Amino acid sequence: MVGTSVVVNAVPGPDKSRPGTRNAVSLTVAAKERVAEGVVSLTLTHPDGGRLPDWTPGSHIDLVLPEGTTRQYSLCGDRWDAYTYRVAVLREPDGRGGSAYVHDRLRPGDRVGVGGPRNNFPLVPSEKYLFVAGGIGITPLLPMVRQAELLGLDWQLLYGGRTRGSMAFRDELAAAYGSRVRIVPQDELGLLDLEAWLGTELPGTKVYCCGPAPLLAAVESACASWAPYALHTERFTASDQAAPVQDAAFEVELRRSGRTVTVPRDVSVLQAIREAGVDVLSSCEQGTCGTCLTPVTEGQPDHRDSILTDRQRAANNCMFVCVSRSCGDRLVLDL
Amino acid sequence: MTEAPARAVAKPVSDADPFAHEHLLNPDPLHQALREAGPVVRLSRYDVHALARYEQVHAALVDWQHFESGSGVGLANFRHEEAWRAPSLLLEADPPLHDAPRRVLRETLAPPALRRLRDTWAATADELVDQVLKNGPEFDAFTALAEAFPLRAFPDAVGLGPDGRENLLPYGNMAFNAFGPRNDLVAADAHRAAALGAWVNAQCAREALTANGFGAEICAAADRGELNYAQAPLVVRSLLTAGVDTTVHGLAACLYAFATQPQEWQRLRERPELARVAFDEAVRWQSPVQTFFRTATTDVTIAGTTIPEGTKILMFLGAANRDPDRWSEPDRFDLTRDPSGQVGFGMGIHQCIGQHVARLEAEALLTALARRVESFELTGAPRRHANNTLRAWESLPIRIRPAA
Repeated sequence: MVGTSVVVNAVPGPDKSRPGTRNAVSLTVAAKERVAEGVVSLTLTHPDGGRLPDWTPGSHIDLVLPEGTTRQYSLCGDRWDAYTYRVAVLREPDGRGGSAYVHDRLRPGDRVGVGGPRNNFPLVPSEKYLFVAGGIGITPLLPMVRQAELLGLDWQLLYGGRTRGSMAFRDELAAAYGSRVRIVPQDELGLLDLEAWLGTELPGTKVYCCGPAPLLAAVESACASWAPYALHTERFTASDQAAPVQDAAFEVELRRSGRTVTVPRDVSVLQAIREAGVDVLSSCEQGTCGTCLTPVTEGQPDHRDSILTDRQRAANNCMFVCVSRSCGDRLVLDL
Repeated sequence: MTEAPARAVAKPVSDADPFAHEHLLNPDPLHQALREAGPVVRLSRYDVHALARYEQVHAALVDWQHFESGSGVGLANFRHEEAWRAPSLLLEADPPLHDAPRRVLRETLAPPALRRLRDTWAATADELVDQVLKNGPEFDAFTALAEAFPLRAFPDAVGLGPDGRENLLPYGNMAFNAFGPRNDLVAADAHRAAALGAWVNAQCAREALTANGFGAEICAAADRGELNYAQAPLVVRSLLTAGVDTTVHGLAACLYAFATQPQEWQRLRERPELARVAFDEAVRWQSPVQTFFRTATTDVTIAGTTIPEGTKILMFLGAANRDPDRWSEPDRFDLTRDPSGQVGFGMGIHQCIGQHVARLEAEALLTALARRVESFELTGAPRRHANNTLRAWESLPIRIRPAA
């Protein structure tokens, strides 16, 4: 980027009497592009043209589709571009309709709800990386590969898929990184030879694998004798953990204040609480800083922050009211 | 059709030295002048660009892509000058190197992880306040409370050993001075810089840390490969450098506010749950961390002024936090205000990672005081302490009236 000139856009100034009360995040589909057989990529931007929350390789976002389903997709774009998110979506014929909606009905200009980003698959420091992708599992690994390259590290990517044509981003990868990338279409070369690659521990190497369950199982078994914490995996199967997002309004009882407020679908919990005259400190209003942590006494939050780990989320005892919502009709907060 | 020729607009220039004692001890007049001069002001004495308005400071803080930290967040430019110590993996690093240390520290210091400290710190605060009040109604609130409480609470939470804790504040003072120019304040610490640095580094080793503190959790993260072993002690060092002085001066700012605006203390006593808001409002109003620098990664244009690639940008957090275009009556400490969005903790990927720890400390101390103290009043002029980065205190003499 050196030598280019950019104009830095200031964030739209918040109302002076109230800090920015951002509605639940809704992004615009700026572009939709076919990137392989059965795979489309979506480019998402903020309707105001503003910055999107920062992310790290391995992060995913929740996509809340207009017909109400929520699916997680890994971010596979460029984190240096603060104004767009990119995800790639595989059509899953046996899925529950989310990917079919994206493929068949979602169009540029449409709005989608977005939660996160969150990262349950972070790239930890290492001297060497071996990345193993199966099919659409390439998506979280793309930014990791770029990062390893940027750091000048020793890395390799094994990328398997059904056919060459079904393997998204394969040409870009081969062109950019040459022999560091090994493309293995099953119909030409068979399955990835995991025993040859992983059968003997490579000291100082971290293995990152994402793909279908059988690939993960095979990689786990091939790495069984490796040192603990050498293998990092993420499953991309059509998620059963998708949060049952409450699309309608819900009620929030503020127990200490003795108030109950209704949170409409396009208003954040934070905003609704403030409008009821109850103070909640906040800062980033993007679910990344943690300032607005609020204890939950009853109900199940629909966590959409980037902070809590899965274990902490499952505990159901706190939430970040700037972005998180409710799974059910009612939440009780200790406010 | 002709267009008016572009008029060359001279970018505002100031020869003020923001690191002169006069401005460090009383920054508000300079901040006002810089805000009024324009969105970008060149400081000719150091040949840096200064941002003092909220809009520009906020935009620069969140934009790590164009305003990097890895070349140092002080005046020294690490592209040309050697850092006085190994650069911080958090504060003085950019993505991707910044990612893993940030992630580990964020999990260690996340609000859910701090819950276990809440009761302990409430008891520590009660005990301290009882001790102080037992010695009579007049005391120096800076040393007896603002300094004393974090020094009791925080080093234990990190897992420091018992010896040498008196080095923590001098080390922090030195580290925050080092973000400024090599002026008299830096020179004053030079004779003990090596000794203080060596002491702090020694505390960051795994063997020196107790088994149940933040330090041990950071080491455990290294065992899991989330950091490498060389990084762990430097991450612990970040806690020790950034976690003490900042909280001390933030607490002092609270106590100063309540001694000078008694109606706000009554408000807090009526609603002690405002303690966290009070701390954030004090951080907005006094901005314990006054300034940080960034370096332009490319030619960047802010409000029509182009800042050349590789040059330093000085962000006045304290001035942004009192920008009348962002805050109503910004010079007033006001508990009815919502201080959300203040940039005293920074903003974006470098936003203070220990802010929840600081708020919990403040909550413990202010809640303990609210039960026992009817009112505060100053018994003499408070004294400030000059530091190149911190809006710091030396003395806050007060008299309290105990609660009935």
